[in-house]
Amino acid sequence: MGYRLSTDAMNQVLAELGKQYAIYAPKCYPGGNTFSEVDCIRYGEVHTVEEIETERKSDYSFKELLLPFSETLFFFTENTIQEASVIEKDMVIFLRSCDLHAVRRLDEIYLRNGLPDFYYQRLREKVQFVLIGCPAAFDSCFCVDMGTNRSDNYDAAFELRGGQVYMAARHPQWEALLRQYGEPVEGFAPSYVTETPTRVSIPADLSPAVAKSTVWDEYDKRCIGCGRCNYACPTCTCFTMQDIYYTDNAKAGERRRVAASCMVDGFTDVAGGGSYRKKHGERMRFKVLHKVYDFKQRNGYQMCVGCGRCDDVCPEYISFSAILNKLEEAMQEVRGDGQQ
Amino acid sequence: MDINVKQVRKNAFRVTKTRGITASRIRIPGGHLDADLLPVIQRIAQEYGDGSIHLTVRQGVEIPGIRYEDMPQVNQLLQPLIDRMGINQEEPGTGYSSAGTRNISACIGNRVCPYGCYDTTAFAQRIEKAIFPHDLHFKIALTGCPNDCAKVRLHDFGIIGMTLPQYEKDRCVDCRACVKACAKKSVDALRTVNYKVERNHEKCIGCGECVINCPTRAWTRSQEQYYRLVLFGRTGKRNPRLAVDFIKWVDEESILKIIKNTYAYVQAHIDPNAPGGKEHIGYIVDRTGVQEYLKWALQDVNLPDCAEVSSPLYWSGLHY
Repeated sequence: MGYRLSTDAMNQVLAELGKQYAIYAPKCYPGGNTFSEVDCIRYGEVHTVEEIETERKSDYSFKELLLPFSETLFFFTENTIQEASVIEKDMVIFLRSCDLHAVRRLDEIYLRNGLPDFYYQRLREKVQFVLIGCPAAFDSCFCVDMGTNRSDNYDAAFELRGGQVYMAARHPQWEALLRQYGEPVEGFAPSYVTETPTRVSIPADLSPAVAKSTVWDEYDKRCIGCGRCNYACPTCTCFTMQDIYYTDNAKAGERRRVAASCMVDGFTDVAGGGSYRKKHGERMRFKVLHKVYDFKQRNGYQMCVGCGRCDDVCPEYISFSAILNKLEEAMQEVRGDGQQ
Repeated sequence: MDINVKQVRKNAFRVTKTRGITASRIRIPGGHLDADLLPVIQRIAQEYGDGSIHLTVRQGVEIPGIRYEDMPQVNQLLQPLIDRMGINQEEPGTGYSSAGTRNISACIGNRVCPYGCYDTTAFAQRIEKAIFPHDLHFKIALTGCPNDCAKVRLHDFGIIGMTLPQYEKDRCVDCRACVKACAKKSVDALRTVNYKVERNHEKCIGCGECVINCPTRAWTRSQEQYYRLVLFGRTGKRNPRLAVDFIKWVDEESILKIIKNTYAYVQAHIDPNAPGGKEHIGYIVDRTGVQEYLKWALQDVNLPDCAEVSSPLYWSGLHY
């Protein structure tokens, strides 16, 4: 059932929910971006509809709520270990369809990939997802080609239309709240994108042989290895560990899990001094093939959800979608049936 | 030919090498101009000048080849420029009311440049509004960041943009991009301690390299915009020298007040016999001593708590 609410009524819903849930949504951090007086859109706690940014794409994804950039897992002293506490409240996360598809990938990696990951699972179990209706694609989006433009597995759906809030509920708790604060409307379904300005096509016969293509070489020089593409990506999940020994007393400390990037120096460092993929083009190859080849080999569907954040955030204007569109030619090159 | 050259100069026209010929000096505060005003300059150059223009070192436009008798018509044509640039004017249609204080120049600032820490043009225009028309020989320049592309250390007042880096530890992934950038491009004020970053506030010059290079928004800019105010640099004949640091982490209001206070100080202390009524402020300060200057400059100035005032102030440079 769909519901229509005034923004005031929706704020009452959020206030009611706020008793049990911490509510997270993309929001504007004024002046919070790289350059002076440029806003950053990223996830933060919200208390009102007005705080939810629906006009602009978020620069960073919801991912950091389930996989914080830096997360203390446990504290240790000489003989004891104490797990770090987890957020007390449950969480509601507002997100677009591409990101809701990204949740499936995170679950695949952290819950269904051998033993479930304890720290991911204890956060994941707290979350309800509210789909943000997406009436139009942004310039760099390519969700339609990645098949992530539409989602049905939400707890509730949300959309602003003409200053009114439209909601749909699947979770009984939402249904009850919306019946109380909203008026029923027939036939509301959240908007979804049906075409995107950016299109991608990935060769059906893409294989590891493409690693030998020269297509990667230009990124040796173009890419600066900063890792923004990974940190902004909703499906990049690599982490590294840090053991900290407190400076006042090195017998106590903590273990942290920290986001890692396959584009940044140090990612492949191994004991004994080994290090691999030193060239940035090699790192680009690794990242691209992980997103559109390796993951699919293992799980049967693509890892990349086509949100385009990596394109938006790259300071060197390297476009991931443009690379995907070079793969056909790269395959021709390594098959030897291209123009070469 | 009978011409009051003092009035000519005050009216922003130059006494040139060529007898009977002047040049119009168009001051463009902050160096930013709406493009639809360019035909005004073109028309003056073609109808009254020699058809050429000179882009001045202080971001003005000088139109050479104008006959002195055409100054009133040129002033009439200048009016849309003066109106649109918000130049304070004593009487409409009479051109610029003063030219003693030089054009307030600025780099392109944060309207365009990724390094810019503030809107240099807007601040330049604000200073213009506060001090013009004025005959005293002041040079003021603004630059968006400590790269100092505007070379503000060659000015009486150099205003250098700064941001106070804000660090959100929980967003830091120890990629070390900030530490490397600070070491290689700035002052090496960052170091890694237990996989997180410590900033040496004493060393930090507020350039924003850490923010620019951070891939996760662990580093962001402060909401407040800060400045380093440097004093009494100069080019010229006797003792060219760079401006020295006066206040680090100072705010816009304080800078405006200090500049205005300096006008009062100069009026009280300028050599009454200075040639052309012009004396570089620095030479006046050399004569009265810095303490006397500071007494005037800091009167009724409420510096922010974080401001760091340098003391004592010493200038060097070349002495001929």
